[in-house]
Order: sequence, then C-alpha cells, then structure tokens
Amino acid sequence: MALLEVRDLTVVFQRKGEEPFRAVDGVSFDVEPGQTVGLVGESGCGKSVTSLAIMGLLPKRGAKITGTVRYDGTDLLKLSDKEMRDRRGRDLGMVFQDPLSSLNPVVPIGLQVTEVLERHRGMPRKEAMIEAKDLLDKVGIPDPNRRLKEYPHQLSGGMRQRALIAIALACRPKLLIADEPTTALDVTIQAQILSLMKELVQDLGTALVMITHDLGVVAGLCDEVNVLYGGKVVEKAMRHKLFAEPRHPYTHGLLASIPRLDAAPGEKLTPIKGSVADNIPWSQGCAFAPRCPNALDVCVQVTPAEEDQLGRLLRCHNPVVPGTPAAEEVPV
Amino acid sequence: MSETLVSVQDMKVHFPIKRGVFFDRTVGHVYAVDGVDLEIKRGETYGLVGESGCGKSTLGRAMLRLNEPTGGKMIFDGQDFSSLKGEDLRKMRRRIQMVFQDPLSSLDPRQSVESILVEGLRAHDLDKGKEETGKRLRELLSAVGLPSTALRKYPHEFSGGQRQRIGIARALALNPDLIVADEPVSALDVSVQAQVVNLLEELQEQFGLTYLVIAHDLAVVKHISDRVGVMYLGGLVEEATSEDLYAEPLHPYTRALLSAIPVPDPVVEDRRERILLAGDLPSPANPPSGCRFHTRCPWRQQTRCDTERPALRELKPGHKVACHWAEQIQSGEIQPHEVKPILVEEDDGISPDVPLVGPASVTEALNP
Ligand SMILES: Nc1ncnc2c1ncn2[C@@H]1O[C@H](COP(=O)(O)OP(=O)(O)OP(=O)(O)O)[C@@H](O)[C@H]1O
Ligand SMILES: Nc1ncnc2c1ncn2[C@@H]1O[C@H](COP(=O)(O)OP(=O)(O)OP(=O)(O)O)[C@@H](O)[C@H]1O
Ligand code: SF4
Ligand code: SF4
Ligand SMILES: [Mg+2]
Ligand SMILES: [Mg+2]
Repeated sequence: MALLEVRDLTVVFQRKGEEPFRAVDGVSFDVEPGQTVGLVGESGCGKSVTSLAIMGLLPKRGAKITGTVRYDGTDLLKLSDKEMRDRRGRDLGMVFQDPLSSLNPVVPIGLQVTEVLERHRGMPRKEAMIEAKDLLDKVGIPDPNRRLKEYPHQLSGGMRQRALIAIALACRPKLLIADEPTTALDVTIQAQILSLMKELVQDLGTALVMITHDLGVVAGLCDEVNVLYGGKVVEKAMRHKLFAEPRHPYTHGLLASIPRLDAAPGEKLTPIKGSVADNIPWSQGCAFAPRCPNALDVCVQVTPAEEDQLGRLLRCHNPVVPGTPAAEEVPV
Repeated sequence: MSETLVSVQDMKVHFPIKRGVFFDRTVGHVYAVDGVDLEIKRGETYGLVGESGCGKSTLGRAMLRLNEPTGGKMIFDGQDFSSLKGEDLRKMRRRIQMVFQDPLSSLDPRQSVESILVEGLRAHDLDKGKEETGKRLRELLSAVGLPSTALRKYPHEFSGGQRQRIGIARALALNPDLIVADEPVSALDVSVQAQVVNLLEELQEQFGLTYLVIAHDLAVVKHISDRVGVMYLGGLVEEATSEDLYAEPLHPYTRALLSAIPVPDPVVEDRRERILLAGDLPSPANPPSGCRFHTRCPWRQQTRCDTERPALRELKPGHKVACHWAEQIQSGEIQPHEVKPILVEEDDGISPDVPLVGPASVTEALNP
C-alpha cells in the first residue's frame, strides 16, 4: 500500500445560478516514500484544486468533494477539521506558489518555524530556536541568526520560498505537496530550490507531489508524471517513458510546442491550436477534441475511458503512434 | 542584412530613491540600466535576457523614451532619437512600436478592437477614410490570424493568446520598422506560446520587421533571436549569436543561467551538470563594486573582480563578454570554487538614516 492513495478524486464547484463545475474529475494516483509524482498541465486544469482537496483546504461551502484520499490507511476526506489541522502540521507539508500569502506577515520568520517545532515535535523553545537556525541554514538562507528575527516582507521572493520550505520541513513531513513552488522565481533561484527538494526526497525519504506547468521541471524531478487536461488525467507514465514516447495528443502537442534550449537552430515549433476556452465538457466526449489534430468522429460522441497500455495510462480514442512525425502544423 | 537600424550608446537609467515627508530628499539611486551599448541590424531579432529586475524592461522603455534616460542615446536609422522633439519625435515614434507582456492591461477594456486599432492610425494621420481604413483593419486582423468579426468585440471577450494578437495588430497597424516586444509570451499558456512565437516570426518575414524581444525565458529567446544579449544588474555581460551563446557561453553568469534552465527531456536532465549559484541577486540600488557578478561568481579571482568593472569586449568575432578572466575560464586554467551566499537586503539597500553620498554610478566612479 502506498503512503498516499488518491482514488477518483472529484471536486465539483457549485456557484449560485451557475452550472456545477467539475474542476477535478476522477483523479487517481499513488505516492510512495522517497518518490516524486508530478501533476502537470496548463492553467485551470485542476492542479491546485487537487492539492487543496488533499490537504483539506477547500472551502466547505460550494465545493463538493468525492472519492478517497488515503494517507497511511486513513481517508483524509473523512477527518474532522481539527484532525486535519493536526495532520497538516505533522505528516503533511505544503509549499505554495506565492510564499507571501502563506506566511504570516506579522510574525517573524523564526517564530513561525519554532512554533511548528514546539507544537508538532514538542520541542522546548530554546531547542526549537537552535533547530530553526539549522533549518534556515539548510535551505540556504544566509545569516540565519539574523533572518530568524525578520518579517516575511523583509525577505526576497527566493528567500521567502526557502523559509516556507523550512517551515514545511520543520515538522519532518512524510508527504510534501509543492504547488508551483518555483514558478514565481528566477531560473537560477529555481535551480537552487529544486536541488533542495531533490535532496529532501533522497535523504529523508519524503514523498513529494510536484505540481507545475513546466515540463522541464517535471523531466528532471518526477518519477511518475500525470498529465492533466480539463480536470482529468489524460496520460500517466514514468517520466522516461512519457517523454520518450508521448502518446496522448495533448502531451505530444505540449512537447512539440515548447522551445528547447538544446534544439537545433531553425527548428520550428508546432503549436496546439485554439486554447482551453475551446474545450467541450467531458460528458460529451473528449474535452480536447476541438484542439486535437487526431480527433475522430467518436471523440465528440463518447468520453474516452482510461486504458492501461503497457504500464502507461491513456485516455484517448486515437493516440499518437510512436515513431510517426508530429501532426500537421496547424494554421495560426 | 548588415545595415544597422538601432544603435544604443552608453544608455543609463537611474531612478532616484526619494525619502522624507514630502519625498523631497534623494537618498540614492536605483541603477536600473547602467551603461549599455548595443546594435540591432535591420531585419534581425535581438533578444535581451536576464533575471527579474536586471533592467531589461527599463532599457526597452528608455529606447522608446517612455522613460527618459539619465544618460546615453539611441541612434535610430541614422538619426539621434534621444534628442528629437515635437513633430519629428512624433513622426519617428510611429516607426518604433511596442508589444507588452500582459495584453489585458495594455488594452483599454472599454474600447472595441476596431476603436483600439483606429485610434493608433488616427494618432499618426493614417486614417484614410472609412473604406480604406476598413480594408486595412481586415488585413491586419487576417495577418495576426483573427476573424474580421473580432473588430466589434472587446478585449475581455478574447483568450490571452488572442489578446496578444490584438496587441500585435495594434503595433503592426502603424507599419513600424522596429517592434520592441517585452515578455510577449510569458503570460500565456504553454500550448499557446508557440502560436504567438510563430506569428511573430511569420510577420517578420512578411513585413521585414526588426525585433527587440525582451524575455526572461532563455529557451524562448534562443529560439526566436538571431543575436542575444545577457543582462545582469543593469549591464550587458555577454552578447553573441544565439547559437554561439548556447554552444559556448563565455561569461560565468551565462553559464549558470544556461545550466539552470530545465529541458523537457529526462535523458538530458539526468546527464546535465548544474552550476548552482549561491544567494540572491544583489539590489540594483546598491550594486556590488567591480564586476557586479562577483558576489555570486564561482570563478571569482582575488584580484580585479571586486575592484574593476569589466568592459564588454569582443573575444571572438561577434561574441562579446564582460569578464576579466574569460580566456582563462574558457581554457580551464581557472576552475570554479564554492561560494557562500551573502545577505542581500530586500529593501532598496539604503538605510534611511545613512544618506548615500558619492558618485551616481560605478562607471562614474571609475572614469571621473
Ligand atoms: N473556489 C473555487 N470556486 C469555483 N471555481 C474554482 C475555485 N477554485 C478553482 N476553481 C476553478 O477550478 C478550475 C481549476 O482551478 P485550479 O486552480 O486547480 O487550476 P490550476 O491547474 O492550478 O491552474 P494554474 O496553473 O493557473 O494554477 C479553474 O477553472 C478554476 O477557475
Ligand atoms: N519607475 C521606476 N522607479 C524606480 N525604480 C524602478 C522603476 N522602474 C523600474 N525600477 C527598478 O529598476 C530595476 C529594473 O527594473 P526592470 O523592470 O527594468 O527589470 P526587468 O529586467 O524588466 O525585470 P522583470 O523580468 O521582472 O520584468 C528594478 O530594480 C526595478 O525595481
Ligand atoms: S480522444 Fe480523440 S479528441 Fe481526445 S485526445 Fe484522443 S484523439 Fe484527440
Ligand atoms: S570578472 Fe571576475 S567575478 Fe566577474 S564574471 Fe569574471 S571571474 Fe566572475
Ligand atoms: Mg494552480
Ligand atoms: Mg520586465
């Protein structure tokens, strides 16, 4: 049994006077200790809602959550608010994209770290202070003694993100969910933070769920990758398999549309036509059909089911055949 | 293709930092752009990269005179654009257009696409009557891949990628020679970025445009540009063709930057060696002495690095670098070493109690 087992997780938002909106639609994945699982997809595909649902952070009103989220055998969705709050500090850590909104602006960084240490690891204040300094040092914050006394606004974006990771680490979580932890940062800072997260997984055996829209980050960090489109996982495979032979037209299209640093000069990009605004509801067929170069008639009539294809999960009526050239370039 | 269209000479933009009850005391300066020289040839795409706050946008804006430069000038098609006034300036402005990062905030939400486009034409007396203008608008929309029904719609009715097309059509409407595109795709979804990148390339071919593309994403810049300039803290540290820059980066910062960019290929990622930089970007209000990269440079030497600001010099034909030790680093004579991160103040680096006195820039200090 995996440390985290997400099964058929579905989140439906119901707003007054609007159609119910399925932001997450039957997502399943497992994470083992020492493993990194990636959720990747573009804006609005349900990445953050998935992570918030797992952490019990979605608003109670207006969001209907179904499915199961088993952590170490316990269904987190069935826990009370208080039990969940307890878990969040202790076993489950989370790092968000915008560290400023998840740090308390009026409490010095040091106190925010020691608070976690005192509450969840029962450390006395003095010991917690020493540990906090070690943690800041470990995540690469210079002059930690001084930084402990400072407030979040006194730190740069990269330093804040590190402080947040230090806080998440303070409780030695067995599971860490990182939602676009480096998207707001410069690439040289991103590289520092990603190498820190790699160390965490390797040295402490933390299970990591990495949420990002950057396929480059996924390629270097994740063991298994889930590609999301319109709230559903459309392709799931181990990273080498996924990148060597993307089979879902969406995954394939994404990879063909990003410029690679190591591309040969003059190489053309093949964009995916349209935008997510063109999607059709999954209930009517395949959400990606209006943008898909492989679409068949059946694609707008029957919702593709998830199929296991030699260790790869695929949700598609007409997947890309490996070895064929990229689909015709779409007119822009 | 070798005719120079744009020549930027020793461009400087220093923003004063004001303090006091009436913000009437200048306590220091943000050295956003501090002595940049570059040339753009007609028909080429020049890419400007660098991390947040290094001065890319400020340089672009100064070239368009949206920020008045503190020093230096820009020669555009043989004329000193920096000193133009009145009617001459207005005429010249038509030939240099800008495309912005966030199309929504740069398009007036209360104006229809038609009125956005016509407004630009009118400002430059290019509105030649209903029929001709109508024809021109339809041409423009078709050039950027939008249906002519888009004319009656408003910006919020479009997706991000479509809005960027409107922004491009607006720039294109005035038949410019040069388009300065500041982060033209960074607000767009990955799957849509390529649409806009390809569109920019097609339009360049069709209309013989010259581009200055400003972006923090080096993979995008490398793809779209003929030549690339790398900026760090207000100055150019390296300039080369995009192939040379990638194949043989000479400046330690460029090396680190290139090695930090993730490539969507696990095989490549597993093999790569990263040059991890320690610490944060220093504040441009309080830039390090000497080479501005010396606080983070893994190749830093005991001499010169922290005292003497390296000039941008041509090491090979068409490949310039601003590092004292570029030859020795390239030959391997100098090896990288570990760097301890140093503290960077998040405020502007100037304590209000200690007014800053002294030269207005490092270059000034060096050449009194
Ligand atoms: N509280 C909410 N109420 C209603 N709809 C919501 C709520 N939160 C998110 N949504 C919607 O659910 C969808 C998925 O949102 P989510 O934030 O998970 O996207 P994401 O994949 O994280 O995208 P991004 O890359 O932009 O962060 C979006 O269409 C969003 O508008
Ligand atoms: N009007 C202004 N007044 C004072 N300081 C400014 C002003 N505009 C920019 N700056 C400062 O000048 C420096 C350079 O800013 P600039 O916007 O040019 O950077 P950039 O390279 O475009 O960064 P980004 O990638 O974040 O867009 C920054 O430190 C910024 O805070
Ligand atoms: S199901 Fe059809 S429309 Fe959807 S991705 Fe597969 S081929 Fe394309
Ligand atoms: S001049 Fe010195 S500090 Fe600057 S990049 Fe070269 S080696 Fe590094
Ligand atoms: Mg999100
Ligand atoms: Mg900018």
